[in-house]
Amino acid sequence: MKKGYIGIDIGSISTKGVVIDEKNTIVASDYLWTEGDPMNAVKRLLKSLEKQIKGKNIQVVGVGTTGSARKLIGAVTNASVVKNEITAHAIGTTTLYPDVNTIFEIGGQDSKIVIIENGYVVDYAMNTLCAAGTGSFLSSQAHRLGVSVEEFGSIALTSKQPTNIAARCTVFAESDLVHKAQMGHKKEDIIAGLCKAVVTNYLNNVGKGKRVKAPIVFQGGVSKNIGVKKAFEDAVGCEVTVDPNGHLMGAFGVAILAQKSGIERAFDFNITGLDFKTKGFECPKCANHCEIMCVYRDNKLIDSWGNKCDNGAIRVN
Amino acid sequence: MAENVNNEIIACFPQWGNYSYAFKFLIERGFGVKYMTPPPITRRTLELGSRYSPDYVCVPFKYCLGCYLEALEKGANCLMQIFGACRLNYYGELAAQILSDMGYKFQFMNMAEIKWTSPRSIIEHMKMINPNVSLPKVVAAIPTMTNMIKLIDEFDDYLRHHIGFEVNDGDFEALQKEFLAALEKVENGKQLKRVKKTFLRRLKQIPVNKPAKTLKVGMVGDYYTVQEPFSNYYMEKELAAMGMEVFRDMNLTNTLIKNQWKKRHRFGKKYAKFNPGATATYTIAEALSYVKQGMDGVIQVKAFGCTPEIDAMPILQNISNDYKIPILNFSFDSQTSETGIKTRLEAFYDMVIARKNTTKGAK
Repeated sequence: MKKGYIGIDIGSISTKGVVIDEKNTIVASDYLWTEGDPMNAVKRLLKSLEKQIKGKNIQVVGVGTTGSARKLIGAVTNASVVKNEITAHAIGTTTLYPDVNTIFEIGGQDSKIVIIENGYVVDYAMNTLCAAGTGSFLSSQAHRLGVSVEEFGSIALTSKQPTNIAARCTVFAESDLVHKAQMGHKKEDIIAGLCKAVVTNYLNNVGKGKRVKAPIVFQGGVSKNIGVKKAFEDAVGCEVTVDPNGHLMGAFGVAILAQKSGIERAFDFNITGLDFKTKGFECPKCANHCEIMCVYRDNKLIDSWGNKCDNGAIRVN
Repeated sequence: MAENVNNEIIACFPQWGNYSYAFKFLIERGFGVKYMTPPPITRRTLELGSRYSPDYVCVPFKYCLGCYLEALEKGANCLMQIFGACRLNYYGELAAQILSDMGYKFQFMNMAEIKWTSPRSIIEHMKMINPNVSLPKVVAAIPTMTNMIKLIDEFDDYLRHHIGFEVNDGDFEALQKEFLAALEKVENGKQLKRVKKTFLRRLKQIPVNKPAKTLKVGMVGDYYTVQEPFSNYYMEKELAAMGMEVFRDMNLTNTLIKNQWKKRHRFGKKYAKFNPGATATYTIAEALSYVKQGMDGVIQVKAFGCTPEIDAMPILQNISNDYKIPILNFSFDSQTSETGIKTRLEAFYDMVIARKNTTKGAK
């Protein structure tokens, strides 16, 4: 019987999961849409992972969760590690690419840059109040241009003269794009221009003032877009690596952390059959109106959070 | 609006850290009118403030306006605002205009309108708070108020350095509550001295389990955001809970009472020859002094759109590059996701720990 570790990365748009063995090899993985229901997404994910490791003689002994719903899913899966996605991604990437110096990451709703020296994170930044230049912007623009987001990258590569598109802000970019299209610019030029705009925006906002040094790894959902990858290479003037498992890096990283944590307890895939409920309510005890979240397993409270002060604390017995 | 039967004057200054007790002393003992400790900031305060503020104004204005509205509801009728070295100078006038457009009746004492070189102007403004003000009384109250501010800052400083290592959860906060309640009752300098003695002694008796070498993090940022814990989502508390020692030089003692502007400006001159305005000089010099003291990280908190602090950002980046110390920026507005802040703070902690371990290994 081999030991296995599950890593789950529950983002706003997609849910990623891997099972690794003790040698950090990925033995099972899946990628599916969160569809606004992280609880269900994780159940589907676990079912798929269970199917993939069936007959491989693996006993899962640790679970790690990351991503914006990490706390909720951590409570549901009784995870040994609940880690923020910045650290999880850095751990995952440095395991596969020990000499990496810069990680570019563009996901559905957020984008990050992580600077690494000698295998350790030394600086990072994340987009704050604006979603310009993230995956959801690209997919909405692909829709406008009538192409699917999957072929976006290959179309961009056919362009010889990318159109200049204002990159400052999604709203400006969109109106600029419409304007350029009506002026008669070719579709592939506009698409290549958009990829360039995403990169310019990223380097000017998230990457501002950061020392970008090769080797560079580019990951997150948008890294699957070869048009953006090419635009990055043009902008920074060196090769940018995209790992085929780049989209799983957060899940992979947190699985490694679960393995390193030393906490081992047999994981039962049966939780996909259990009934989990969440109940959110506003604490009425003061004007802060904290949104308190309670998680129930088969109608029994297992965890709660969200209170700012002791008045709103709900203890789990 | 609460009924004000006697037509008495009730003054109020917006919530700002724990200083309301010192302002209360000055207003009640010096000016001889009632002071209302502003209701603690809650989400409602911010919602009220944002609803009636221009959207693009920086968030401290929204907090202040929300505070005024809640104070007016509770019966305050004399509001005050300080002056500053940025847009803050216009904020008093703007808030007063918005509130009177909303139909409120109140007196507004705006320190930005005082001509500080003209004694007449100063007295005129003092009379706005109390027409029968006695100048000697006010002057007599100032030293005790100043000492109170210093005490509040001293207490808070000790708290920041030790709260992350308390043995029994909640000891420090319980004592702080008691301390502030005692401050509220102080009537003269003698009583203040007694409070100081008792509480500083009790503060130092709280059992802590502080290692010789701690993870140290310095806080810098714009005047309001760095000093008002609600507006930075209780970041100092959050950092302490992770087991970090928090340093913050920005407070009333270090800016108004012992004005260190010139000293700071000289100290940071290598990085900023000219003054970028408002608190940016402090931000730069403090960050530089933190990294020189060997801290593990610096966090800059600022209101979204705060121009002087934006000017300081690239300079902080230079300091960070030169000294190889991470400097993290946070921008706050009225709708900032708490999850996003937690994620960044956790990653900051992971990074600081990892760096610490590697440098130890290298030596």
